[in-house]
Amino acid sequence: MSVSRPLPHDAAHLHVTGAARYVDDTPTPAGTLHLAFGLSDAARGRITAMDLTQVRAAPGVVSVLIADDLPSANDVSPSAHDEPLLATGEVHYVGQPLFLVIAHSHLQARHAARLAQVDIAPVAPILSIEDALAADARFEDGPRIYARGDVAQALGGAAHRLTGQIEIGGQEHFYLEGQAALAMPGEDGDMHIISSTQHPTEIQHKVADAIGRPMHAVRVETRRMGGGFGGKESQGNALAVACAVAARATGRTCKMRYDRDDDMTVTGKRHDFRIDYDVGFDDAGRITGLDVRHYTRCGWAMDLSLPVADRAMLHADNAYWLPHVRIESHRLRTNTQSATAFRGFGGPQGMLGMERIVDHVAGHLGLDPLAVRMANFYGAEAPAKSQTTPYGQVVDDFVGDALVAKLRDSASYDARRAAVADWNAANTILKKGIALTPVKFGISFTLTHLNQAGALVHVYADGSIHLNHGGTEMGQGLFQKVAQVAASRFGVPLEAVKITATDTAKVPNTSATAASSGSDLNGMAVKAACDTIRDRMAEHIAQLHQCAAEDVLFAEGRVRAGAADLSFTEAATLTYEARISLSATGFYKTPDIKWDRIKGHGRPFFYFAYGAAVTEVVIDTLTGENRILRADILHDAGASLNPALDIGQIEGGYVQGAGWLTTEELVWDDQGRLRTHAPSTYKIPACGDRPAIFNVALWDGENAADTIYKSKAVGEPPLMLGISAFLALNDAAAACGPHYPDLDAPATPEAVLRAVHTARGDV
Amino acid sequence: MRTTFLLNGSEITAETSPTTTLLDWLREHPNLTGTKEGCNEGDCGACSVIITDANGVRALNACILFVPQIHGKAVRTVEGVAAPDDTLHPVQQAMIEHHGSQCGFCTPGFVTTMAAAHLNGATDHDTQLAGNLCRCTGYAPIIRAAQAAQAAPVPDHMRDTSLPFAQNTSGEPQAGAEPPTTPDALAHWLDQNPDGTLIAGATDVGLWVTKDFRDLGKTAFLNRIPELAGVTVTDNTIRIGATTTLTDLQTAIAPHYPAFAELIRRYGSVQVRNAATIGGNVANGSPIGDGIPALIALGATLHLRSIDGPRAMLLKDFFVSYGQQDRAKNEFVEAITLPKLPDALKCYKLSKRFDQDISAVCGCFWIVVENGQVADVRLAFGGMAGTPKRAKQAEAALRGQPWNASRVKSAMTALEQDFEPLSDMRASAAYRMEAARNMLWRAWAEGDGQATNLHAVTA
Repeated sequence: MSVSRPLPHDAAHLHVTGAARYVDDTPTPAGTLHLAFGLSDAARGRITAMDLTQVRAAPGVVSVLIADDLPSANDVSPSAHDEPLLATGEVHYVGQPLFLVIAHSHLQARHAARLAQVDIAPVAPILSIEDALAADARFEDGPRIYARGDVAQALGGAAHRLTGQIEIGGQEHFYLEGQAALAMPGEDGDMHIISSTQHPTEIQHKVADAIGRPMHAVRVETRRMGGGFGGKESQGNALAVACAVAARATGRTCKMRYDRDDDMTVTGKRHDFRIDYDVGFDDAGRITGLDVRHYTRCGWAMDLSLPVADRAMLHADNAYWLPHVRIESHRLRTNTQSATAFRGFGGPQGMLGMERIVDHVAGHLGLDPLAVRMANFYGAEAPAKSQTTPYGQVVDDFVGDALVAKLRDSASYDARRAAVADWNAANTILKKGIALTPVKFGISFTLTHLNQAGALVHVYADGSIHLNHGGTEMGQGLFQKVAQVAASRFGVPLEAVKITATDTAKVPNTSATAASSGSDLNGMAVKAACDTIRDRMAEHIAQLHQCAAEDVLFAEGRVRAGAADLSFTEAATLTYEARISLSATGFYKTPDIKWDRIKGHGRPFFYFAYGAAVTEVVIDTLTGENRILRADILHDAGASLNPALDIGQIEGGYVQGAGWLTTEELVWDDQGRLRTHAPSTYKIPACGDRPAIFNVALWDGENAADTIYKSKAVGEPPLMLGISAFLALNDAAAACGPHYPDLDAPATPEAVLRAVHTARGDV
Repeated sequence: MRTTFLLNGSEITAETSPTTTLLDWLREHPNLTGTKEGCNEGDCGACSVIITDANGVRALNACILFVPQIHGKAVRTVEGVAAPDDTLHPVQQAMIEHHGSQCGFCTPGFVTTMAAAHLNGATDHDTQLAGNLCRCTGYAPIIRAAQAAQAAPVPDHMRDTSLPFAQNTSGEPQAGAEPPTTPDALAHWLDQNPDGTLIAGATDVGLWVTKDFRDLGKTAFLNRIPELAGVTVTDNTIRIGATTTLTDLQTAIAPHYPAFAELIRRYGSVQVRNAATIGGNVANGSPIGDGIPALIALGATLHLRSIDGPRAMLLKDFFVSYGQQDRAKNEFVEAITLPKLPDALKCYKLSKRFDQDISAVCGCFWIVVENGQVADVRLAFGGMAGTPKRAKQAEAALRGQPWNASRVKSAMTALEQDFEPLSDMRASAAYRMEAARNMLWRAWAEGDGQATNLHAVTA
């Protein structure tokens, strides 16, 4: 059976030869036009004049569109209809699209877009969390609050009490393939879109509204993305809509891709947070009361900020039982890019806040942080199944304690912690640190209705199989995993299954490939479709060979019914000739979930995914420079559908998470201009930044929930393993003096050096 | 302009503007779309191609490589890495087997860079691949693939040769003028075209085009002037031709000043160093170019040339103020000379990311200690002022004084009179100053036997 085999990515042979096609590689008809946006250079204000004469006169320019030229909806928002494709008078951030250039080449369009004379009457922008709080600039009327127990009393009566704060920077997705889309106008107003998107249905919906046609007139295809990470959940809308509008206006195929600087200037990033905390605890570090406040910069438009901030709240406990807890979340509106989905979707920020709190408690008591973590785990004081999260979900599948115990042993945590202390005693300029942190991550979209998926499977008369589903491929290996499911259901070799591009004309009304849900949802939908066809084949073959349908076996490319032994192809041909349909749809919806996001109560998650990492680092106390020396990871992917792909997600997620918390610094100036808008200034991890020793293993266990082959989602959870790198840096800084270092994220060399000074008590 | 070269083994002539990038040409004309645009500024490596010329086989970034720069050379793209019979190259096979691709968009650039390294027998994979960014894999499987493939024989088809005409006959004249092929001819060209743009590696000029849409005016490609390239070592002097690439300089300087070579190892990436020239680094006068502080610390002399003849000055005097150098419009950088002395150079580069990042501060120190006294000292910094600059006060605090902790502390204090650094996206002013001071302390502590090198530490 192909499920559980460590097969390579389905397109690996195309990747390595350059034959894998991305949007910009798609052959287009002669006369294809190219688009670029003209962008606002002011963070906030009103457009008083926009002179586009030079833009229109520039070489190669065919047309220039402004908001008034748009035929229908001027809206690319995925949520609150507050995000016009082109500005309508007010500008809200530096980088906001103002006008659209249509030209004969990409370079001509980009060049012309710089030639506008735009006058913007400036208004003082709201940039920081403090600005936004002072102006009461926020989404929703006030903060969301999830609470349980009596926090004031718990804090007042606690043996120990601490307050603190951590700043957590945002993160640029830096998908290697920038945003891109292509629109080919059809007859009768139809539009065919090829888009680098995690959410083809949303593209279809926004394009339909923009050209004033029903969704049936718009077909969206996505074969693959060159990376997504959440950055292509909603941020591709503008390009696809622009292409469709321009294609409608010109009757020509239109293509748009952002240059990297434009991409980083225009599109949203991970939300940055400030988290304030007030925590009460006993002598063992057990947290008796916790009051935590999340302040997040959402940027200028709502986008997905509400569910992102919700998910941060839903991970404010991480793996710890909190009897008395209050979580307050402020979703602040600022004149910056509209922050958006990014792997973990708020979960990482909420989780880092909690891990900082536990670490601070341990630092205050002089205890090993791991001991404090274990004392607070779900199940440490009472069976985990009797405990609920702050939002009332029973933690009935907790394996954090056993998983951490195993990792502690396999990574020799205790011996290495002692060795680090010895090393630090012998060194003055360089200091080491080590940290072990757990991950508990909730799996399901918190907007419950999104937890559905569809599939379309055809078996052709020659026995070959056409596979389609609503999930999109962004590198995570979803297509291969789902193909392995299909091959397993039919008992055929994987080569018999043809993976095809996601296509809104084949499977409608799909959810974004997001929330780590891709293989859980689409795997089940494909299984359902395959089983429908297989059952029809089995019934027919059983009839032919006088046995019960359930005795017809599909394995090793054969179909066996009693004494009969047919090839799958023969069985398919026979079924076809009997005039039985070999095509089926499949559908799946996640059971048992129920969630009230206003009350903050229910069961938002079908299950939790777990993991833990130990990271050892060294810092230089002269400059704050640092290195990750070793990382050991044990991660729970349930019964893995493909261990090689899952380990790939874990390694990559860890490095991306560690990058978020170390070298990846977004810097805006006091005019609201993003100063780090290219890889020259924004530094994602390079090859040499991965841990020199990097041990990754899968937890040996099945998902307790009834998922596809008992596997677990693995897209987002490993990112949060990178928190161990951050807290190891804090631990190294703590070795420099008696005070808690209060390291902020990202831990750039400058931030690490600041933490060293804090630890020493330097003013 | 017409440019003739080998493309995946076949001779081809391209008709382009002088500033058409190889990346755009590859994708738009022969429709070789395997080579990807990731950043369009030479920082991600997705556009890496393999270039073979008389100097050997090298990976370069096609996004900031102008087509005329490859005249007479051989170009191999990802489409030409597998054998003509479609047998995969060992690095391609290993990338599949070790799960080295996920989204696949960076993969062609990795494959070409790895294939170039494989051909050259290079096994320092972290260095070879420092210029290729991957956002999916965390690099571990890519390095496993590189290791798995390193011992496999080089497939025959990978051994390109450059075209059989000399570099200095390359290219088509512009507007009827002969392109300069000798320093004298260049001096004449520049005298006739004082606002013209000289293009050597184009690792900076490339961005003027791809990001700023600057009109370069008339251009002269310096790859046609062989006399400008190369390092000559005599008894007392090391002479570095202006168009010597950082790669070649790294190799040539390593035996004499290893700290400079190690600094160059962190200068850009393999792809950037294979194109960037030391003359370009100097002539652009960037306050944060990493080559300059080292050269100033080494007491370098700069040799300019014009139709009026040569002119020499200490390199430190070339940098007048931010954006302004002591160069007449008709002068070009011909060479840099260094005294060849017993090594006393230390270089410290500080950046957010260790590899392929622009320095927040770069400190290069020449400190000669004789009989416990500082006999000679030059402390040069980048990132601390509008130009690369020596720290006169700090030098004075050390010169002729005993080399000890208290004197170093005095020099650290004096440094605050030398510089008033700026805050920007790379670092705050206060941090720059503290780090610069601490670099002096590091120079002392190293000699004092303390562990100061992060990279020598293991788990």
